[in-house]
Amino acid sequence: MKYIIKKILMMILTLVVVSLCVFLAFNFIPGDPATRKLGTEATPELIQQYRESMGLNDPVIVQYFRWFTSFVKGDMGTSYNYNQSVASIIVKKIPITLTLAIMSFIIMVGLSIPIGIYTAKHENGVIDKVIMVLNQIIMAVPPFFSGILLTFVFGMIFKFFKPGGFISYEKDLGGFIGYLILPALAIALPKAAMCIKLLRGSVIAEAQKDYTRTAYSRGNSTGEVLYRHVLKNAMIPVITFMGMALADMVAGSIVIEQVFGIPGISKILLTSISNRDYPVVEAIIMGIAIIVIVVNLLVDIIYRIIDPRIEVE
Amino acid sequence: MKNIKELFWKLKTKNMSKKKRNAYFMAGSIITGLILLMVIIGLFYTPYPPTKMDASAKLQGISLKHIMGTDNMGRDVFSRVMYGSRITLIIAIGTVAFGTIIGSIIGAFTGYYGGILDEILMRIIDALFAFPSLLLALVFVSLFGQGMYQLILALGVAFVPSFARIVRSEVLRCKNMDYIESARLQSVSDFRIIFVHIMPNTKDTLIPSILIGFNNAVLAEAGLSFLGIGSQPPYASLGKMLSDAQSYLFTRPSYVMSIGMTIVLMILGFAFLGEGLSSSNK
Repeated sequence: MKYIIKKILMMILTLVVVSLCVFLAFNFIPGDPATRKLGTEATPELIQQYRESMGLNDPVIVQYFRWFTSFVKGDMGTSYNYNQSVASIIVKKIPITLTLAIMSFIIMVGLSIPIGIYTAKHENGVIDKVIMVLNQIIMAVPPFFSGILLTFVFGMIFKFFKPGGFISYEKDLGGFIGYLILPALAIALPKAAMCIKLLRGSVIAEAQKDYTRTAYSRGNSTGEVLYRHVLKNAMIPVITFMGMALADMVAGSIVIEQVFGIPGISKILLTSISNRDYPVVEAIIMGIAIIVIVVNLLVDIIYRIIDPRIEVE
Repeated sequence: MKNIKELFWKLKTKNMSKKKRNAYFMAGSIITGLILLMVIIGLFYTPYPPTKMDASAKLQGISLKHIMGTDNMGRDVFSRVMYGSRITLIIAIGTVAFGTIIGSIIGAFTGYYGGILDEILMRIIDALFAFPSLLLALVFVSLFGQGMYQLILALGVAFVPSFARIVRSEVLRCKNMDYIESARLQSVSDFRIIFVHIMPNTKDTLIPSILIGFNNAVLAEAGLSFLGIGSQPPYASLGKMLSDAQSYLFTRPSYVMSIGMTIVLMILGFAFLGEGLSSSNK
């Protein structure tokens, strides 16, 4: 319990630091928000009045706390471009991007754990060697190109799916998930390849340790040694990797959404970046940062469950 | 979360026969050599000017005249790939150089002096490290505008944490060794100890990480240019060309494939080199 509480405190601290960085970056680098809002031709009095009414003359820390508390309450400001609240713009897109990231995560785990264990068990066998070379190649294919390749193979040769024929989750949940399978696969493949390599190496390294020999000497079968002893230890670096991969997938889905024409967070983020619509960019970045930080916390907690020896640093 | 990269490397390299290592290294050298050759020749000679349009030869397939075909404006794809690879390489080199230099300096100083500065910088670096680098680069681009130099800066900053960590852990390992103690007794300055006595020891882990970084830089650059952020037309990098080509996937697949395969080969070459080098060190 003490461990978890300490980790949660750390998480809150990181969150505050990250939000402070995001706030400072977006509020002070791109120029004065008052001139941005009123235009460069506004009179100094008008600007002064606006600054006063928006609280821009207050100390930075006060401004930050005001922004942070309203952000936590769900008020993320107003978009410059769309003239509606940022929350209302993003809220409908979040499920799409999150579903995509979670689906790719499931595909990655589903592919990498069985294949990783299999290749480790049959080290240097023919299948192991083939998989290792394939792995190396898959790692070198950028997700957006594998996305294009998948579109080509399944869209043109097999005609399984209609490129660009996105189905909204509000209309047809099954069709929505069906459309997302290929994009999710494109995101998951390179990560799965890395994960297989890591798991395979980790299992092989653990299998050479003394405790494995001891377990064998007590008369356990290979399967028992593998699943009861080796795998538990071998999973620790893999779980770290998976946590990082999940965070990367949320970001990676931005590129893939462009390839497959999925109207998720990506489109809004990119147009907001080119239009310098900072409140929207700020909110999306903060949202993803929160996801990353929470995932890290979960990884730390899972560690503790797998290996109770792990202490707070 | 720490040391995952180092662990990855150790595991990767442990279970590999010598023959296989050399095979990786050989394959990597050949592929990278070919790509470099193409880029160097592209400095002096391209079959067609990369921006020359030809309305009578739009979207042609692979032929002797155009070995990668032509694009939607009738420009020769191979000439453009030669040019685009150069831009991609320049951005990747710039990024990795920035990341390595700044990362090494931060890692060396924090590792050597320790204390409160180390704690603060490492917290920041941990937070940065956990953050997806693509997103970090997007934040930078949205703050500082688009373009090649901004892209190098944006990606470079995203690469600093991993190099800082690698160098820091190496410095921590070395700083209490006897030869450092003896240097210190001879009143060698800290600066000299860090850069002349400790840093050369980091090369065994640093060089493979630089190659892996290269690999990631090409990937990240291609990803960002694919999103339309990065080098500006008419001279597009490979990622930008690929995103332009995507809309012609069904009419002229060879156009997309030849650009995509160039990116894949470039990454594969560096990956193989890194794989081969890292294992021959140990």
